[in-house]
Amino acid sequence: MTVPPEQSGGQNSAYRSGCHNSITIELILVTWLRRKPRLSAAHGTIPGVSDSACIPSASSVVPAAVTTKTVPARHSGLVRLTHWITTVAFLGLLVSGGEIVLSHPRFYWGETGNVNMRPWLNLHLPSSRDTVPTGYGYVLPDQNGWSRYLHFQAAWLVVGTGLVYVLFGFFAGHFRRDLLPSAADLSAKQLGGSLVRHLRFERPGKEEEWSYNVLQRLTYLLVIFVLFPLMIWTGLAMSFGFTAEFPLAVRLLGGQQTARSLHFLVTVLLVLFLLIHVLMVVVAGFRNRMRAMISGKMITGRATPPTE
Amino acid sequence: MSNISRRKFVTTGLAMAAGASGIAVAARVARHHGLIPPDAGGLYGPGETLTYAAQRLLARHSMAREFSRTQISENPFANEVDPLSDEFKRMQAASFVDWRITVDGMAARPASLSLAEIRSFPSTTQITMIGCEEGWTYIAEWGGVPLAYILDRVGALPGVRYVVYRSIQPDWWDSIDMADALHPQTLLAHRMNGNELPVPFGGPVRLRVPRQLGYKNVKYINRLTLTDNLKLFGKGTGGANSDGGYAWYAGI
Repeated sequence: MTVPPEQSGGQNSAYRSGCHNSITIELILVTWLRRKPRLSAAHGTIPGVSDSACIPSASSVVPAAVTTKTVPARHSGLVRLTHWITTVAFLGLLVSGGEIVLSHPRFYWGETGNVNMRPWLNLHLPSSRDTVPTGYGYVLPDQNGWSRYLHFQAAWLVVGTGLVYVLFGFFAGHFRRDLLPSAADLSAKQLGGSLVRHLRFERPGKEEEWSYNVLQRLTYLLVIFVLFPLMIWTGLAMSFGFTAEFPLAVRLLGGQQTARSLHFLVTVLLVLFLLIHVLMVVVAGFRNRMRAMISGKMITGRATPPTE
Repeated sequence: MSNISRRKFVTTGLAMAAGASGIAVAARVARHHGLIPPDAGGLYGPGETLTYAAQRLLARHSMAREFSRTQISENPFANEVDPLSDEFKRMQAASFVDWRITVDGMAARPASLSLAEIRSFPSTTQITMIGCEEGWTYIAEWGGVPLAYILDRVGALPGVRYVVYRSIQPDWWDSIDMADALHPQTLLAHRMNGNELPVPFGGPVRLRVPRQLGYKNVKYINRLTLTDNLKLFGKGTGGANSDGGYAWYAGI
């Protein structure tokens, strides 16, 4: 899309806000780059070229030669596609998983657990089975048939999508460029500053419009490389067919019921992530961020007023 | 249309055609190798097929986990069953001396086996976990005759692909493929923790298939039918549970 000059005039506010010089220079550069047409259909930068994770590298932007005026996509096509497939699959997993929990809303440690045993966690929810004493005077309808079908179909979808995304992330430089925090970002001062800004619900500054801040990067890395793998592992550790072939998958966790409990606990963390993620999108400018993740386009210099 | 978009258009078209024919070929190969479950039609067929095919391809002969004697559950949970039929209660009152298991279908020597015969057949024991699709589990020692022994005894024909097993209770039946039917841990179980299998846990005879969930482990077995076509039974999805909307394959 084209960016009219009056909309992209973000430098002035950057000047006023008294940013560090190098950031100001970067902003000018970004503004200039965004006005330049782009030849390649590919997104963003070429791996290994840009050391600054913040801005699209100059080398990927070939001036002249092409007449249509475009800006680089905020998120590459593959990131956008896998993001939304994962969203749909995750919601399917969440709804069906919650439904399955209702047929036995209790959790145990170790290998075995049933209504004759003491749970470490009783959700005190109504149940879809009259064999579970809940204290409620009614039994919910049994929905486990479609819930289990949907759960595993969505699991295949999210695992397949995740595999494509992770391969892309490694080989196209997405992880290194967009998610790996720089050493400087990881200093206590930077981390603390970012934390304080988040806790104040400050709108992100312009320097974050085309990049992720350090807390965001660490959170995404945690979700992608720790929480999702844990979900897949603990899920498979509950499958009798799977553990027959790979008994260590459940033994290392400490048992079938421990796997089920961990599956639930990691779900809680992922739901927490989802809520904060959506909240942060709202704080940062819902329409613009959604546009960036759907079409890749962003109206720059409009969504974010001057900081400080 | 510019050159680039035309090239993109042609490339995308070719990729989609290749993908579609690839799926068609994969489906044919999968069907030939028995990797398509009977409930593969419908909205959740793809996920169900992927799970079943993956486990059959990668783990056909794997053994369900076995546990130590000390891990046997002190408080196993029998789950509830529908009220037992009058026929069942009559036989229960007579210690099941009249209980018989009919074996028919694609067998060279169809048979009607008495409970005494079943108990006299060579038996094995296993300490395995039974897990309900609801999420709860217990561990017990199960004893019984391997289903493979029964199939051998009645002379199962080479074309048999599934064993359909029925409970004496109305509308309670299911089926397994030959990978599970011939599996050494699949039993007609008639003992539990050193005693005769108690009625709440499925006595006198229950099918025990420890690589699958509890609902495949049908209680009060009185008939086995060997078949190559599950479409002939019920609504055609291979079991009362799958006819009622549950997955036929319960290895996950």
